Amino acid sequence: MFAENIFFFFFSFLSIIFSFFVIISKNPVHSILSLILVFFNAAGLLIVLGAEFLAMLFIIVYVGAVAVLFLFVIMMLNVKVTNLTASVYRYLPISCVFGSIFFLQFLMFLYLDLVSVNTNYLYLLDNNFINEWTVSLAPVTNIVVLGQLLYTYYSYLFIISGVILLVSMLGAISLTLHRRNDIKKQFIHKQIERDFNSSIVWKY
Amino acid sequence: MTYYLILIFNIVLKSLALIVPLLVGVAYLTLLERKVMASMQQRRGPNVVGIFGMLQAFADGLKLFVKETILPSSANTLIFILAPIITFLISLFVWAVIPFNYNSVFVDINIGVLFILAISSLGVYGIITSGWSSNSKWSFLGSLRSAAQMISYEVSIGIIILCVLLCSGSLNLSEIVESQRKVWYILPLFPLFVMFFISGLAETNRAPFDLPEAEAELVSGYSTEYSAMGFALFFLGEYANMILMSTTVTIYFLGGWLPPIDFIVFNFIPGFFWFGLKTTGVLFLFIWVRAAYPRYRYDQLMRLGWKVFLPFSLGWLLLISGILLGFDWLI
Repeated sequence: MFAENIFFFFFSFLSIIFSFFVIISKNPVHSILSLILVFFNAAGLLIVLGAEFLAMLFIIVYVGAVAVLFLFVIMMLNVKVTNLTASVYRYLPISCVFGSIFFLQFLMFLYLDLVSVNTNYLYLLDNNFINEWTVSLAPVTNIVVLGQLLYTYYSYLFIISGVILLVSMLGAISLTLHRRNDIKKQFIHKQIERDFNSSIVWKY
Repeated sequence: MTYYLILIFNIVLKSLALIVPLLVGVAYLTLLERKVMASMQQRRGPNVVGIFGMLQAFADGLKLFVKETILPSSANTLIFILAPIITFLISLFVWAVIPFNYNSVFVDINIGVLFILAISSLGVYGIITSGWSSNSKWSFLGSLRSAAQMISYEVSIGIIILCVLLCSGSLNLSEIVESQRKVWYILPLFPLFVMFFISGLAETNRAPFDLPEAEAELVSGYSTEYSAMGFALFFLGEYANMILMSTTVTIYFLGGWLPPIDFIVFNFIPGFFWFGLKTTGVLFLFIWVRAAYPRYRYDQLMRLGWKVFLPFSLGWLLLISGILLGFDWLI
């Protein structure tokens, strides 16, 4: 438990620090790099929770793909280093609204968590106790649990999310697809089809 | 307290036992590459420093070590220094989950395959940040090319690995190897092996996909502005990634530490010997390809990745899952 607590505080502290850096750094590339570090620390928190499959997916999807594309776009756009001080107060009202919404949500969670506990069964809450006998009785990995839930109870939601992803992919492709006729193209099957007799023609 | 001290000492010792042989391996891989390419082109290759040029790699390392580190005046200094370090660290990081023999692995996690995918997808960052922070057009173009190439080929590599996982029924690398005791996956999944090998070439930026280097057009791409140890770290990271890619080929398709057939003489030979032999064979293929084939054009490379490998590997995924489901062979 001791090591888990240390790791929890380490990752959460670093993620807060780096999310501050995302906001305050003037160079957009620096803020993207600190966003990547925030993703890393979130993955570390997931590992501390025991959800190692989700942590790895987090790194593969967000750090390995999404953030690379962010970095690509920002580097290609050649964004100038902006002077932040002028525009800070413009966004203050809307940020206050969002901040208060999140704060209320936290309060609700706290309220749900703060129920009184029957002290006779406190040993059940001891994480070590629960972990030891359930894990030794039926060792189940993350992926097995996720698969068993996703393909049975949540199968409709799973299919719907797949359809949403497909539609967004089609939308992105149809937005960017435009055929040009004025460029040279290489047709590999035509090149392979050519044989010796038809390739050299005597013209006179 | 002493418990934690012993634990930390143990971890440090184990990591050193993993990293030092890896670096020596990288040194001799460069020598192997020069020797093999020399004999393919009917030359001698390095043969002056040490017997048969055995110390050539260390002489090169010493040369890079004593050279002057140059920081371009318009570069973004912090990221410029961090980029090669990140590349090198990430290439070392993955080795923690590679099993060399039965039970001889640094950490045996049950999502080893995903760990390898996740960490090797981070290799893009070292390249893209180095290209951007050098503040030079050549480096920037080279890094953008390299990043696009690595991302494109990661997709097909992921799908090919999915096929292997369907056959083995586990994400643990040791269990994947053990599931090949009857037959190595190279026999039933041969087309996937070929695609994985070619994608591995593209993923490690090797010839014929070494577009990011492209010394003729881009003056060696993202590492143009780097000298001395910065360049050496990039070099080490690149070659360590090459060895890593061949070990993953060995684990996924060539049966890891298992002997070729279950024969009494072969079983006497220890598993790590077989593992090393197979890895070296794949590395020889890497070098052979470099000596034999000319460089691809960039649009051809993208076409191969997205229009050939991606549909083909998706089709194989459907076929394999269909066969496994139809015969009720799913584990």
